[in-house]
Amino acid sequence: MTDKNPVADEQSAGQELSIEQRATVGLSQGAIVRRRFLHHRGAVISVFVLLFLVLLAFTSVGTVIGGTGKLTPDPTGTRLIIDGFRIPGWWGYTWWERYDIVLPGGAPTFTWWPFSFGEHPFGQDNTGKDVFARVMRGMQQSLNVVFIVGIISTVIGVVLGALAGYYRGWVDQLIMRLTDVIIIVPLLILGAVLGQTIGGDAFLLAVMIGLIAWTGMARLVRAEFLSLREREFVDAARVAGASDFRIIFRHILPNTVGVIVVSATLLMSAVILLETSLSFLGFGITNPDISLGQIISEYNEAFKTRPWLFWWPGLFIVVIALCINFIGDGLRDAFDPRQKRVPAQNSLGSQVVRFVKSYAPGARPGDETANR
Amino acid sequence: MLTFVARRLVATLLVLLVASFIVYVLTANSGDPLRDLRGSRDPSAQDQIAYLSALLNLDQPPVLRYFSWLGGVGGCFIGQCDLGISVARGEQPVIEAIGGALGSTLQLVLAATILAIVIGVAIGMTTALRQYSGYDYVVTFLTFVFYSLPIFWVAVLLKEFGAIQFNSFLGDPVIPWWSILLIAVVMGLIASAVIGGELRTRAISLVSVGGGVAVLLILLDVTAWFESPSIGYVGITLMSAAAAAVVLFTSTGFHNRRALLAVGIVVVLTVALSWPFQFLFFYVNSPWTVLIVLAILVSLGLLVGLLVGGDGKAVVARTAAIVGGLGVIPLVLDQMFIRWDEYVDRIPLSSGVIATIGASTPSIRRVDDTWLNMLDSLTHMLLPTIALMIISLAAYTRYARASLLDVMNQDYVRTARAKGLGERTVVMRHAFRNAMIPIATIIALDFGAVIGGAVITERVFAWQAMGSLFNEGLHRIDVNLVMGFFLVTGILAVVFNVIADLLYSALDPRIRVS
Repeated sequence: MTDKNPVADEQSAGQELSIEQRATVGLSQGAIVRRRFLHHRGAVISVFVLLFLVLLAFTSVGTVIGGTGKLTPDPTGTRLIIDGFRIPGWWGYTWWERYDIVLPGGAPTFTWWPFSFGEHPFGQDNTGKDVFARVMRGMQQSLNVVFIVGIISTVIGVVLGALAGYYRGWVDQLIMRLTDVIIIVPLLILGAVLGQTIGGDAFLLAVMIGLIAWTGMARLVRAEFLSLREREFVDAARVAGASDFRIIFRHILPNTVGVIVVSATLLMSAVILLETSLSFLGFGITNPDISLGQIISEYNEAFKTRPWLFWWPGLFIVVIALCINFIGDGLRDAFDPRQKRVPAQNSLGSQVVRFVKSYAPGARPGDETANR
Repeated sequence: MLTFVARRLVATLLVLLVASFIVYVLTANSGDPLRDLRGSRDPSAQDQIAYLSALLNLDQPPVLRYFSWLGGVGGCFIGQCDLGISVARGEQPVIEAIGGALGSTLQLVLAATILAIVIGVAIGMTTALRQYSGYDYVVTFLTFVFYSLPIFWVAVLLKEFGAIQFNSFLGDPVIPWWSILLIAVVMGLIASAVIGGELRTRAISLVSVGGGVAVLLILLDVTAWFESPSIGYVGITLMSAAAAAVVLFTSTGFHNRRALLAVGIVVVLTVALSWPFQFLFFYVNSPWTVLIVLAILVSLGLLVGLLVGGDGKAVVARTAAIVGGLGVIPLVLDQMFIRWDEYVDRIPLSSGVIATIGASTPSIRRVDDTWLNMLDSLTHMLLPTIALMIISLAAYTRYARASLLDVMNQDYVRTARAKGLGERTVVMRHAFRNAMIPIATIIALDFGAVIGGAVITERVFAWQAMGSLFNEGLHRIDVNLVMGFFLVTGILAVVFNVIADLLYSALDPRIRVS
């Protein structure tokens, strides 16, 4: 691929360009990152799967904005109305109403052959609620928590890390000791205490977790700032009369964007597990609100009789966490300049290796992999 | 090195002090401990509210209450611990509640951590040595999956499939031929992928490992091992020989005749001594016997190594001592399985052999037999430990792989290869030690995840241990109970940090010098 590019070859003639450098000659930083990310197949697939899940969760059962979430019977007395601004979705059932049980025990109506979803593809619980609607609503809330925590923690972590790394001295000491204090308490313990305090609301829970989950980000950003603040471009900006605020946010911060993006993604994959764990223990999102962990906690005892109540929420937790992890891995590969991709079979690297090996005395194929 | 560890210890303790203040105040403000009583119509409720308020000093602000609690904790240094009383547990002193709960949690956390480190580092290193192979890709994908698994989900699945279905298998223990075939093929494929090499080597390892597994399973099946499992001389011989093979392979290689001889003698000695040791195990029925036997076998190993070692005394002695030390495991297992029938008789009829509820069987707790109690703990701890281990395993695997890859690209590894050292020596002696330095850091970092995981696992498996202290305390806003839990986890955090620091300074000479 690279050696078919004559311009790049001419430019690099006489210069010692490595294979990795050759692959990126003449590209902007953004283009290099995008290209590397698109090469990570798992990450690209994960982006699509995650987008699909977000769309599915929010469009299928619709959502409720604001309000208390309290249920009141409507004037005709046949339906329950949820408090808040309701946006309906394309799925015919809601997550809080009870329906007639279709199959015995509320078993899933989904069948592979003949392929059909039926009325309640994920089944129903013992009171007749539609599990698909409940899982979708739970996924909405879990995703909401993930994104809110991601934003809050990233902002706090970046600002504190930047201040600590840029100013050093007592500011650094203060912020880093605060970080130490928060890190020594297991995140689940601190989250549970805060979750118990706010009592079951998804939005408040997300804000609370966001206020404690920034420590890793702050440490990473600080480390980046400590090394970047010694660079010439910072001196140049200072000589030109830029304020500290401008140097931090206009000059240094854009250079740390890789670390921030990767760390934020990995933080978010940890957050979905944290939120579902808290909800499972009863310290996170609690009834009447729904999250994926809360569903599993609610139906935990019913595993033997109604396993579908347990499989689906768990499966969605795993898929969401897996997707975010893969995206994070792809982003790390894309942003990390030291990262080397595997040279393709016919690329220059392996040709050189083969050439050297064929001339090395006593060389046999497979020597470099044999472990003795 | 001591000043380094001491400085870190003091810093951690100070941080812990501030953290305890924050947790105390947050927990005290997380709800109203008298909520149930305030809603109650019971005529005596008012009296109870007044009584509890006076007992817990609820009229004081939480900050003041923290300092009186801290005073009680400070009493521990002069031998008078007072961690307050737990209202949620019928006014039981918290120190008693901790005493009853600490043991099983400690066992769980330590076992899961040690297993995760050993297995994770082993898998991570083999993937790094087989970088970009199929094995590497499969393991990398699996670590991602493990990273993404919620522990409560895994624990419930293990409870259902690991325990309940395995127990029903034990009701009629016949392995069907197709699962023997399947297990053998899978094990063979794993072995051939790990060992790697050319097609011929791969085929040999596939056939030999797969065949070995199949023969083993058929033998177990034919001899009805699953109906009355035991170790016996055959088991001790097989297990210590396998341990010897692994140690030999990683330390000196099979071509070192003297090491081979020394290790062989140690294995024979272990098997031969297992008969006299039976009496020791029987008459000195206490956990300390394990240490006695360990000391005997390790010193025997050292002695044999020094006698047979020739020029490479130190290396051979070390290898033989490790093999001797590992020989304790089959001996203790043998003692445990001798009591298998007694164990099956004593457990409640409703529960299977692999327990899913609680940390021990009460009726066995009352029997004064260390090995029976050990067996009981083993069957209770098996599943929670696996659940807890799986989560940390992924982290250790990934870090071990990344760190070994990093080291293998260093110049000094190339130097070691260039001066003609074998690949084994390069990896185990030059690369491994340096690759372990980042792992030591992970031990301290991973600690929070392990404690959180223990709280969840204990909840799923209904253990009355530290996790239930926390759950119960927080649900009922019993600050003293939550702080008791926090104190223990805090001390554990300090211990983990110190261990990490010690490992760090043992591995990295730069820290020892400065």
